[in-house]
Amino acid sequence: MNITLNHYLAVSGLLFTIGFAGVLLRRNIIIIFMCLELMLNAANLSLVAFSRYNVGADGLPNYNAQVLVFFIITVAAAEVAVGLAIIVALFRARATTHVEDIATLKF
Amino acid sequence: MDSNLVWFILINPLIAAVLVHACLRKLPGTCAAVSVLSSVLGLVAGIGVWFSFSQAIGHNPDHKFADEVPWLDFGTALRVPIGVVVDHLSAVMVLVVTGVGALIHIYSLIYMGTDSGKARFFGNLSLFMFSMLGIVLANNFAMMFIFWELVGLSSYLLIGHWFTRNTAADAANKAFITNRIGDFGFMLGILMVWAWAGSLVFADIEQAIPELNKNAGFLTGAVLLIFCGAVGKSAQLPLHVWLPDAMEGPTPVSALIHAATMVAAGVYMLARVFFLVALSPPAQGVIAWIGMLTALLAALMATQQDDIKRILAYSTLSQLGYMISAIGLAAPGAAMFHLFTHAFFKALLFLGAGAIIHHLHHEQDIWRMGGLKGSMKWTFRAFTAGYLAIIGFPFLSGFWSKDAILLAAWHGNKLLFLLALFTAFLTAYYMTRLWVVTFFGRPRSEAAEHGHDGPLMMTGPLVVLAVLSIISAWGTKPLFEHMIEGATWPAHSIVVPILATLAFAAGLVGGWILYIGKERDSILIPAFKNKFYFDELYAALIAGTQELLASLSSYIDKWVIDGVFVRGLSGAAWACGFVLRFFQFGNLQGYSFLFGAGVVALILYLLVT
Amino acid sequence: MSPILFWLFAFMTLVFGVAVVANRNPVASALSLVVCFLGLAALFAGLDAFFVGVIQILVYAGAVMVLFLFIIMLLDLRVEARRKINPLAYAGGGAVALLFAAELWLVLKRFVPGHSPFPDLPTGAKIDDVRAIGTTLFSTHNLPFQVVGVLILVATIGVVILSKRELK
Repeated sequence: MNITLNHYLAVSGLLFTIGFAGVLLRRNIIIIFMCLELMLNAANLSLVAFSRYNVGADGLPNYNAQVLVFFIITVAAAEVAVGLAIIVALFRARATTHVEDIATLKF
Repeated sequence: MDSNLVWFILINPLIAAVLVHACLRKLPGTCAAVSVLSSVLGLVAGIGVWFSFSQAIGHNPDHKFADEVPWLDFGTALRVPIGVVVDHLSAVMVLVVTGVGALIHIYSLIYMGTDSGKARFFGNLSLFMFSMLGIVLANNFAMMFIFWELVGLSSYLLIGHWFTRNTAADAANKAFITNRIGDFGFMLGILMVWAWAGSLVFADIEQAIPELNKNAGFLTGAVLLIFCGAVGKSAQLPLHVWLPDAMEGPTPVSALIHAATMVAAGVYMLARVFFLVALSPPAQGVIAWIGMLTALLAALMATQQDDIKRILAYSTLSQLGYMISAIGLAAPGAAMFHLFTHAFFKALLFLGAGAIIHHLHHEQDIWRMGGLKGSMKWTFRAFTAGYLAIIGFPFLSGFWSKDAILLAAWHGNKLLFLLALFTAFLTAYYMTRLWVVTFFGRPRSEAAEHGHDGPLMMTGPLVVLAVLSIISAWGTKPLFEHMIEGATWPAHSIVVPILATLAFAAGLVGGWILYIGKERDSILIPAFKNKFYFDELYAALIAGTQELLASLSSYIDKWVIDGVFVRGLSGAAWACGFVLRFFQFGNLQGYSFLFGAGVVALILYLLVT
Repeated sequence: MSPILFWLFAFMTLVFGVAVVANRNPVASALSLVVCFLGLAALFAGLDAFFVGVIQILVYAGAVMVLFLFIIMLLDLRVEARRKINPLAYAGGGAVALLFAAELWLVLKRFVPGHSPFPDLPTGAKIDDVRAIGTTLFSTHNLPFQVVGVLILVATIGVVILSKRELK
């Protein structure tokens, strides 16, 4: 059977759901961070699928989406760096990576 | 007809007042002289105007003199000139005001001779003359209203002449405030007339009447509101409460302002605009009844008062009631006739009382007088003349003028006639009481033993006024019969004078028998003595309204402004905060859950719509 | 891309994605994520986005995941000790995820353009996507590119500062 755009979008969506479930269900902050990366990549996949689908007048895919993917990857890398630095600092302060131990900013 | 003379009459007291108040306060003697001189000149000019006006009338019966200086001119919408009009009505009034005014100025030279505020007194007296003449000569409503207020101001200044006395200061306030209440109605009435007729000038309004829509309700309202001004100024029910208290002022003031002239301004004003009153029979009915009720109640209250000036004040109220009800009975000529004669004999009675008070070292209680018949001969004789005039002794001036009013009542409304007759009886009764207790019997206090006649400048005016009280009705009736256009003199009926004479005789006899030789008052009727508790009623009313308004404001402030708006708003903010606080879990995954839930809900919404 | 390969790589991606979430051991989670990224790169290649696919491997699998592993080693994270499970939280999280999946299905069912197959690319010429992306990047999207450069600089400086120890 033909692989259509919807297939890719379904994969992307499922991957996103898995990542989101991970954010909600895991207790370790590093794991949560990794699930965030999963969600970002799901979005990337969706973008590339659309890029391939939207063929322009010259018969080539619309590369703007792929440029966006490029940017997302870059920014995600920067984000991971800074986020992990923060987690390290947090670990130094609290000696824990368990997310429930850091919930002091309540009313 | 020399217009300069008319303007001189008006402006001359103003110049005197300005001179006194601005420059001459340090020289009381000079002030007195300036003021007296201005009043005498005014009288001379008034006589001059009268003669030249009579001559002009002789040549041309429809002659009317009017002159004006433009002041406010807004085109056809509103025109307020400063204007004077001389016709029979105002010429007679000018004579009365300047004549009685001049006599009282001379009298005051002695009465206020040693007073520390003499300069101020004469300055205010001249101011009063200016204001009163302004009302009399005014040719439009606005000017009349301005001078109306000025007269109120002069009255305030003069009643409160001895302002260091609390009672005097309070009385001045009472007079002014009560007047203002009436004037508020007056102003509304003026505005209504302006809206209806398009002009404030009397001549223009009178000319425009045949073409205007005589909407009965609107006109009645306007006339009644204008009447409010008269109710305030002429102290009719329910705004009568200020006049007895106004006796706190010096006696010459009481004589001039609160007997002869200012309080008569209300009657004069109604006579001046009678062409409006004539258009509204319901308003006439109201005016007649209020006038007659005032006359009756004031007479009742007078029978139980002990202060000589208060009795005379209530007597003034009663006579004013007669005049106002004559207007209401469509006999403005009769009202003016009574105003004319009343000015003389009431001024005389007050000046006589003033002479007594002055020589008895400011004793005013009649039960502490007595036996003055022998010691104050000329005062007694003059006073008796005035007394006989007011009670309606046949063929004296009061008899003729009261007769005219009784005739009007007889033809108009028999019930009003009965009330008027009863009031005439009461008038004779309480004036006899006053006369007998003051002059007869033996002196009832130390001060009474020192009574003696005053100097010529004090007794002279008394004599002049006595003569006038006797003769002022002889030959002058024709003047009043045709004074107001469109009003008719009541037809004669022999019944009325007879009944009136009977009433007077009954009152005189009754008063004589009950009070001759008595040492204290044997009759006591608390309702009359306490003035029917009007003052207490008003005080309670004002206090009550004040309480109500204050508690209402307090309620609104506490519950609405403070409770709903201020605390309500802050409470709402606090409540929102309290509710939203529960979303601050502090827990990362809680927040993520909310994110996710939000997104799910949003997509659901987009799917559904 | 032939359907078999698509299903293979899609399946790999999803299974290892679940493995990321389900693993107790953080290192195992990280390595599963690497494999997941490999699958994704393959999918990108199947969509004729070769440049992006390679970049995915180089940057994501090569740099980002290595960083993750470094940090895990640095913090010396062991296997997560079992803690009391809050059933309500699990229920809520699971519910949201399931709802999301359901909505995903509903949306895709309605998405009409998604039912058509991919258009064919010109067969003769090679697809030079590196050149195309490069041209687009440096011409149309030059400004974002520069901004991202600054962003990386800022991130670098931030990381250095955040990791400094307090001087005693």
